[in-house]
Amino acid sequence: MYKKVLALITVLLMAVAVFAGCGGGADKASSGQQGEDKSQEAEKTKVAFIYVGPAGDAGWSYAHDLGRKYLEENVSGIEVTPPLESVPEGADAEQVIENLVQKGNKIIFATSFGYMDAMEKVAKKHPDVTFLHCSGYKVLDNMGTYFGRIYQPRYLSGIVAGKTTKSNTIGYVAAFPIPEVVRGINAFTLGVRSVNPDAKVKVVWTNTWYDPAKEKDAAKSLLEQGADVVAQHQDTPGPMQAAEEAGKFGVSYNSDMRQFAPKAVLTGPVWNWGPYYAETVQAILDGTWKSEQYWGPIGDGIVDLAPYGDMVTDDVKALVDAKEREIVDGTWDVFTGPIKDNTGKERVAAGAKLTDQEMLEMLWFVEGVDGIIPQE
Amino acid sequence: MKDPLIVVLLSTAVIAGTPLLFAALGEILSERAGVLNLGVEGMMLVGAVSGYIATVQSGNHWVGVIAALGAGGMMAAIHAFLSVTLRANQVVSGLALTIFGTGLSAFLGKGYIGRPVPDVFKPVEIPVLSRIPYAGKILFEHDSLVYLSFLLVIMIWIIVFKTRWGLNLRAVGENPAAADSMGIPVYLTRYLCVISGGMLAGLGGAYLSLAYAPTWVENMTSGRGWIAVALVIFAVWHPGKAIVGAYIFGGVDSLGFHIQAMGDKALFLKDVSPFFLQMLPYILTIIVLIIVTSETKKRRVGTPASLGLPYDREER
Repeated sequence: MYKKVLALITVLLMAVAVFAGCGGGADKASSGQQGEDKSQEAEKTKVAFIYVGPAGDAGWSYAHDLGRKYLEENVSGIEVTPPLESVPEGADAEQVIENLVQKGNKIIFATSFGYMDAMEKVAKKHPDVTFLHCSGYKVLDNMGTYFGRIYQPRYLSGIVAGKTTKSNTIGYVAAFPIPEVVRGINAFTLGVRSVNPDAKVKVVWTNTWYDPAKEKDAAKSLLEQGADVVAQHQDTPGPMQAAEEAGKFGVSYNSDMRQFAPKAVLTGPVWNWGPYYAETVQAILDGTWKSEQYWGPIGDGIVDLAPYGDMVTDDVKALVDAKEREIVDGTWDVFTGPIKDNTGKERVAAGAKLTDQEMLEMLWFVEGVDGIIPQE
Repeated sequence: MKDPLIVVLLSTAVIAGTPLLFAALGEILSERAGVLNLGVEGMMLVGAVSGYIATVQSGNHWVGVIAALGAGGMMAAIHAFLSVTLRANQVVSGLALTIFGTGLSAFLGKGYIGRPVPDVFKPVEIPVLSRIPYAGKILFEHDSLVYLSFLLVIMIWIIVFKTRWGLNLRAVGENPAAADSMGIPVYLTRYLCVISGGMLAGLGGAYLSLAYAPTWVENMTSGRGWIAVALVIFAVWHPGKAIVGAYIFGGVDSLGFHIQAMGDKALFLKDVSPFFLQMLPYILTIIVLIIVTSETKKRRVGTPASLGLPYDREER
């Protein structure tokens, strides 16, 4: 009998160790804040965040967490509560969001597509709370959506890759065959071929967002097949490390990855949520916010290019700058015709532009992509 | 001169298989002594993060390796205490440790995300051996941890099958009551095997964070601990078969990627879905499991008879 008790105690101790450890940092932070701000605490608007992964994934949720910290530092009169990490998508999220409302949060950001229906349900019940949902399409008076046109910096990074390649073969390590990823590959390829019409982009699917070792192996197979630049739609620096080891080049994603592969990383599309979070929260505080479907262009700074590696020449930078200006001015966008798909069929007529809806449903490759989109 | 594709493939398979091999060798030790350890995934993660932190702090990757061994061993000591001394359910204890290890590694690694490793394991060519055509490139142009894994396979094989101590170890896994009456210290043997098994799992984790893809991101083992557990069954509890299995399990992904990257040059293989290939090792494992379970009735094929059963002296 006593052994069972002892076993129970051991397990409890382990649990306590974990919770004490995880909670420790947050407790200290919040108790420090309370000390300073006790007088104004009543007036502070509470802002909450939900992440689909750990804030330490060095990719998607990490980028949102940097944005959350930016918000905390740049907007006064708010209390940013500690983020809820690794919240499962789907029906369970409803409980989590409802709970955040009960705790007095007035602005709630949900940073993954799968929270959409849960958030909509809670939003209908609480008209006094503002809900913001990343990458979805459901909008209410008190619920808006937000996302960034990452395909624009992807196109620009394609220009750099197209100017860099000598073998005219560029590899692309891609996660899942969904429109978001396909759109990125197409934008990148259009960028490559705008400066180098002979180049091809080879695609390898990994079937994971997040596995540094696998992503690295996928990149190696592309390098082995003659690629001398490797781009990625993955959340870890694995592919960049493969390029570095092979003495070749890479186009990163999500955040500045030069530290992992200083000789390889040319540049890469990055997310920069901070300014958006700060402006949106400020607008809500000022009462000027209106619900909308926000798909932020590069001109807003929500998406951008990572700093260039040393090997990128000024000529190439000037080319990129010129194209970026056209996008920011609104005189041109990436999916402007004529565009053919990789079977030779014309998909966008000369002078025409894809609509947002067409871009969001894109499941075909442009000319110059060497790969298949696996169907179920 | 460019190497033929098969050489490149096999060479990648060796690297991809090495973290699996370390963890599987550890699991073989533990299971041979009769203790099922489902905490491998958690132990690998804790090993990966400790090895990473120790390397960042000290600037020396061998310090990282020692830290990973220690951390994996400590995690396994909890498992040994729960399942050997307290005779708790080994499945539950193992699962708890995987969850515990996932959380603990995330917590420990918080401040280290996005930092590069100052001293990674780099490939070292072994003189003479690396000149052997093909085999040299496949086996002897890797980092020193890969060579360590070769040595460990041989050492564990000798210890388990060729020494008196190994005989005792297997006796403890087969029939602890009989072993006890022979004067073999059952609890001590199980403790030693579980802890050294955990150390090897930690080493497997450190191979990921220091050599394979040198960085720390949360959950970076991505289920490799579970693959190692399956691999032990695939290898019918034999270190020599584990090395083959590890390279098959490790190489399949890489094969899928190469087929995709080759495009039309892959001929008929280009129509095989890469996602189908990824299933193959598990289908093989299920087949082996079926064979093992039906064969054990006829003759001995390796499953330790007392695997998963706690041993209680007083209940003899």
